Amino acid sequence: MNKIKDQFPEGDSFRSELDARYRSATIGQIVFLSALFIAIVSLTALIYNIVDGAFGYTAYEYKTDPATISSKPLTELNQQELLVVLKGNISSGAYKKLNNEQIMETRSEADLLSLILERIIRIDTKATWTLTQSLFHKAEIEAEVAEKYPDAKLEFRNWLTYSFLTSPMSSHAEFAGVRTAVLGSLWLVGIAILFALPIGTGAAIYLQEYAQKNIFTRIIQTNINNLAGVPSIVYGMLGLALFVRVMEPFTSGSMFGITDSNGRTILAAGLTMGMLVLPLIIINAQEAIKAVPDSLRQAAYGVGATKWQTIWHHVLPNSIAGILTGTILAISRAIGETAPLIVVGASTFISVDPSGPFSKFTALPIQIYQWTTRAQSEFHAIAASAIIVLMVLLLSLNATAILLRNRFQRRL
Amino acid sequence: MNKSQFKEFDLRKKSRIGEEVIQSLLFMAGVLSIFTTIAIVYELGKEAWLFFGNPDVTFAKFFGSTEWSPGIGKFGIWPLVTSTLVTSVIAMLISLPLGLASALYLSEYASPKARSVLKPILEILAGIPTVVYGYFALLFVTPILQSVFGKDNVEVYNMASAGLVMGIMILPLISSMSEDAFSAVPRPLREGAYAMGATKLETSLQVVLPAALSGIGAAVILGISRAIGETMIVAVAAGSGPNFTFNPFQAAETMTGHIARISGGDLSYNSIDYTSLFAIALMLFLVTLVLNLISQWIVQRFREQYE
Repeated sequence: MNKIKDQFPEGDSFRSELDARYRSATIGQIVFLSALFIAIVSLTALIYNIVDGAFGYTAYEYKTDPATISSKPLTELNQQELLVVLKGNISSGAYKKLNNEQIMETRSEADLLSLILERIIRIDTKATWTLTQSLFHKAEIEAEVAEKYPDAKLEFRNWLTYSFLTSPMSSHAEFAGVRTAVLGSLWLVGIAILFALPIGTGAAIYLQEYAQKNIFTRIIQTNINNLAGVPSIVYGMLGLALFVRVMEPFTSGSMFGITDSNGRTILAAGLTMGMLVLPLIIINAQEAIKAVPDSLRQAAYGVGATKWQTIWHHVLPNSIAGILTGTILAISRAIGETAPLIVVGASTFISVDPSGPFSKFTALPIQIYQWTTRAQSEFHAIAASAIIVLMVLLLSLNATAILLRNRFQRRL
Repeated sequence: MNKSQFKEFDLRKKSRIGEEVIQSLLFMAGVLSIFTTIAIVYELGKEAWLFFGNPDVTFAKFFGSTEWSPGIGKFGIWPLVTSTLVTSVIAMLISLPLGLASALYLSEYASPKARSVLKPILEILAGIPTVVYGYFALLFVTPILQSVFGKDNVEVYNMASAGLVMGIMILPLISSMSEDAFSAVPRPLREGAYAMGATKLETSLQVVLPAALSGIGAAVILGISRAIGETMIVAVAAGSGPNFTFNPFQAAETMTGHIARISGGDLSYNSIDYTSLFAIALMLFLVTLVLNLISQWIVQRFREQYE
């Protein structure tokens, strides 16, 4: 009896031991909370890093001063005057070449202006600074520019402009935009969803409503869960082997009389993306169908509906919000996915809008990847701007999904 | 009289062609997923077979040498494997403790209100595209590492920054899976501990954590599989060119990064470079498949435990 008693502290030692335990409990709680704090700090740092990169001072030089080619500021000229300026300052050969791409008289003012900027004035960016540097070290930047680039102009530049959204790709960071990339991404996602949504929903209906509980169904289910965990680059390799090579007549459009492309098209990449998001769509649709109460089905059977009538008139309308939520999540996954597109063969430099499923393509994350890996800092600035575009796109998609989910939860 | 009225109804089951057609269409949609797996194994296996069928490629060379450059006949897979290991280990060292701690806080400590604020932050982290993490690793984490450890010690492209950022990327996965595991631990276990006078920390670490160990194991395995398969962060930040090294501050290309770089260029089909990529991809697929299967198996077993 005494032996056991001795093991328990008494009096002062009891008090101090208890205090020690309470102290470590408090410390433990702080440690756990700090893990979440680190996550928050990382997220903040990431957002700060991106915004920081998209604005800031830039030092640049003109090859030709705009004042020497036009008496008025270029932005105030109309289309006719711009045309005269352009014609007067580039060689007739280059003019002819441009005319062949698109007849000069039919080009828009913005188009002509960017041609003048790109061909004649030719801004040469010497250095760029981030937002933080620009705000807090203005004097040092000015001193550095005066010393290193005496001819350069220093200007605070917002890289994320309207023209960044609307201009096509360019080899000069100053004129590059994301239009072709955004359009390419939209095409890809469109094809992926056209492929994956009907098949995914169908598979989910089959698994939830029709499939018997047997080994075959379990294999399908396990297989789908596994496919959701396959690295996206493996899907890229599948797309390369299957869609780009084996199905080349179909994906290049040569089956349909299109001759000027190989298999590395929007269609091949879109189908690859479709394969990638298919398991996601199936799993989400299954959850949505599972949430429909069985009483609804019983009631439908009770009045004599067939299985498909029950599904079509009762199960699907009641799970459509959930299925759509899953689809939006799949879209946001597809929009951000980069690796499979690199493997399938996104073009890194392409300045024409995609014209259809058989055209070459680039996509927003591909552009971000390309620009991030360039050495010059002005490309990092436009990469940051493109990331902001991508994040805004994703954020609005997810907001839609959350709204749908809330509506869905209220109804059932 | 009543009898003749009912005769008009035939209550036997009718065969409905439409229903049958719809059912078989839905069945085909369900089976397509199996075909995807078969297609992956077949297409990857076919090219990998060509690679290993090449007389220059022997298993001894593949697993026995430390230089990878298929174009000039060097087929040692190790430099790609070691860099994959280094980045994944760093990622797990970051994401496992942080993920577990944040899951413990969310499931054991946080009030519902705090949860509703903290949880979405992890979900946002989970939703950020990996190429954005790559930008972050190269242009934020690497400069910090360079200023802490010195520019001479840390290369511009290095495995450490890629691994660190990968850890942050995997953190939400570990956290949400472990949280599920913690919340599956029955309440009476906790109440028993409290009744014995245990503090919240003691209950969390000595009762809840061990009871949820299998779920955590599943999370860890899935996290490793995610780390091995992650491409864009390493493609942007870890550097290009295979390099047999365990020094995290050096540049080295992982398996995924190598596939991304080589396939991004102009690659002629049937070349040894092309088929070698499929051999790597097949390895990648098999490793992640096995890891995912183990993880799923653990989750299923552990579910049965408490039902």
